[in-house]
Amino acid sequence: MAETSDSRLPAPFNKSTESFELIAQGAESLLYRTTFLSSSQPAALKVRPEKKWRHPTLDKRLTRARILAEARVLVKLSGEGVVAGGGGRKVKDPKKGDVGVGGMRGCVPKVLGLDWEQGWMVTEWIEGKTVKEAIYGASKVQVVDDEKTVEELKVLLRNMGEVVGKLHACGVVHGDLTTSNMMLRPRASTSDAVTGCLDGDILLIDFGLATQSHSDEDRAVDLYVLERAFGSTHPKEEDLFGTVLEAYANGEESGMKGKAGKVAVRRLEDVRMRGRKKSMLG
Amino acid sequence: MPIAIGLEGSANKLGVGVIHHAAYPHSSHRSRQDSPLSSSPPPPLKASDGDASLTWPPVRILANLRHTYVSPPGSGFLPKDTAAHHRRWVVRLVKQAMKQADVRIEDIDCVCFTKGPGMGAPLGAVAIAARMLSLLWNKPLVGVNHCVGHIEMGRSITGAENPVVLYVSGGNTQIIAYSAQRYRIFGEALDIAVGNCLDRFARVLNISNDPAPGYNIEQMAKKGNILVELPYAVKGMDVSFSGILARIEELAHRLESSAQGQSEPWKDEDTGEVITREDLCFTLQETVFAMLVEITERAMAHVGAKQVLIVGGVGCNMRLQEMMGMMAAERGGSVYATDERFCIDNGIMIAHAGLLAWGMGFKTGLDESGCTQRFRTDEVWINWRD
Repeated sequence: MAETSDSRLPAPFNKSTESFELIAQGAESLLYRTTFLSSSQPAALKVRPEKKWRHPTLDKRLTRARILAEARVLVKLSGEGVVAGGGGRKVKDPKKGDVGVGGMRGCVPKVLGLDWEQGWMVTEWIEGKTVKEAIYGASKVQVVDDEKTVEELKVLLRNMGEVVGKLHACGVVHGDLTTSNMMLRPRASTSDAVTGCLDGDILLIDFGLATQSHSDEDRAVDLYVLERAFGSTHPKEEDLFGTVLEAYANGEESGMKGKAGKVAVRRLEDVRMRGRKKSMLG
Repeated sequence: MPIAIGLEGSANKLGVGVIHHAAYPHSSHRSRQDSPLSSSPPPPLKASDGDASLTWPPVRILANLRHTYVSPPGSGFLPKDTAAHHRRWVVRLVKQAMKQADVRIEDIDCVCFTKGPGMGAPLGAVAIAARMLSLLWNKPLVGVNHCVGHIEMGRSITGAENPVVLYVSGGNTQIIAYSAQRYRIFGEALDIAVGNCLDRFARVLNISNDPAPGYNIEQMAKKGNILVELPYAVKGMDVSFSGILARIEELAHRLESSAQGQSEPWKDEDTGEVITREDLCFTLQETVFAMLVEITERAMAHVGAKQVLIVGGVGCNMRLQEMMGMMAAERGGSVYATDERFCIDNGIMIAHAGLLAWGMGFKTGLDESGCTQRFRTDEVWINWRD
């Protein structure tokens, strides 16, 4: 692999001798696989490059706000503090007694470091594939109406519902729930066999649009974004989405089990109607 | 040689168009594995001229006429006045279009009209005209979804193969991608459309509505350069403009009162320059367009598309096209856009989309020809594509 250093890497990585493999060019950021602080610690480097098409003032403002928001949310959810950010200042530690601190430990990547001026953040590397890829993989293998694959998909969807429920119970809404923002990490015991390809832990990533909120409206909009993204990306599996909501409101592992979940799902119906009934002129 | 006449009037633009399709791509493509656009598509282009020999399927635009109902500055257009305008102008436009197209009534295969979405009274007025023509000429009626009309015309004129579509107008703001014979909505404005936000802002500053408020805001924005802080509301692939509108209206009032000497002159904190109307226009455009480009980029990343097609009245805006072009280039992709003949509501897009549907056997019976204000883009079965 020729090591021409990627010109988009910000300081200090542009002078580093470590390897940087560009994994994805998402809408917001570039994602590199690399190591951080020690060669044995695999890490994900997320760089938010300048968007030249945005007004520079707006661009700087947004980049900074999003990196900080994302880092704060991840730190709160993992329950871990971070030693130093850009400028040597500590990212805010979670307040004592704050509901949700550490509530998603193991379900979100840990933050290892960041610099909001330079526009980067490093988190732990999650092994596995995105839920989107996993579903596409299952789709291809599946014989139409194959009950076993449908059952496996349902297990995956239930896991999705439960992990979103956990998140909302921590007082965070993701803001950009799509199957590309969920990682399926295979359990240690799972073999590489095709039949096991939908089993594993689900982790949420990409918290750039996340906000801290307990409101039913925000949770419902979060679910709506996921519902629409799921339907548009996986039209063949669209009918199964109810499983996600069912698990969100009733699943054992879901933090939204019970009244809170029901309220959010009911609010989701209102949000759906709003979209449909909107007057569309011209 | 299929020829259709199309009538459009969902908002304040009354459009009549006559179009001619050289061949039916879907019938000859039935046996092909790949998409209908796979053989000899034209290179990426901006708007081509009326003769459209570069489009696919080959279409000829025989007439494309439009008359706009412009309301005085400081006001918007009301449904009943708009409907009255359309009633006054439709017969004249149809006669003119037929003359310009140089076709006989016998040559017309179907009468297409906008079934929705849009404003109730204007839609109804135009639908009455369409029904009348259909009965008078003894031709089938084809009801068309306005958004699908924009998309199909954009695809045809630009030759874009499978782009993410940004549809932005006074009434609609949607991010659309084609999937399994539907135009699926990936993201949209949750409250008001971006064009509506721009138009209502124009009213507060009494900016002229001639030819269109958005056009005048664009010209003024070119002279502005101070970016005032506005809220920025992107939620996943959706956007929200009502908060921005509320804020910019507040700022506009503040500007007016300081201009009239009722309060201190309003100066920018960093440079000390006085803030002008042009600066507010500039601020609003930069903010809302950045939001639109962002959700488009997000959709492109999610779907894996490299092309963007911008349709709808707000798509005429050169700054939006420029910003979108820079974003697409950064991703190794390209932007397709049309000029005001096709961006702004027009009859030819209705004729075009209608003829595509008619070619697949679609017709709208008289008793089904009512209009509907709420007609989702994804409700239409796009059976002329694979």
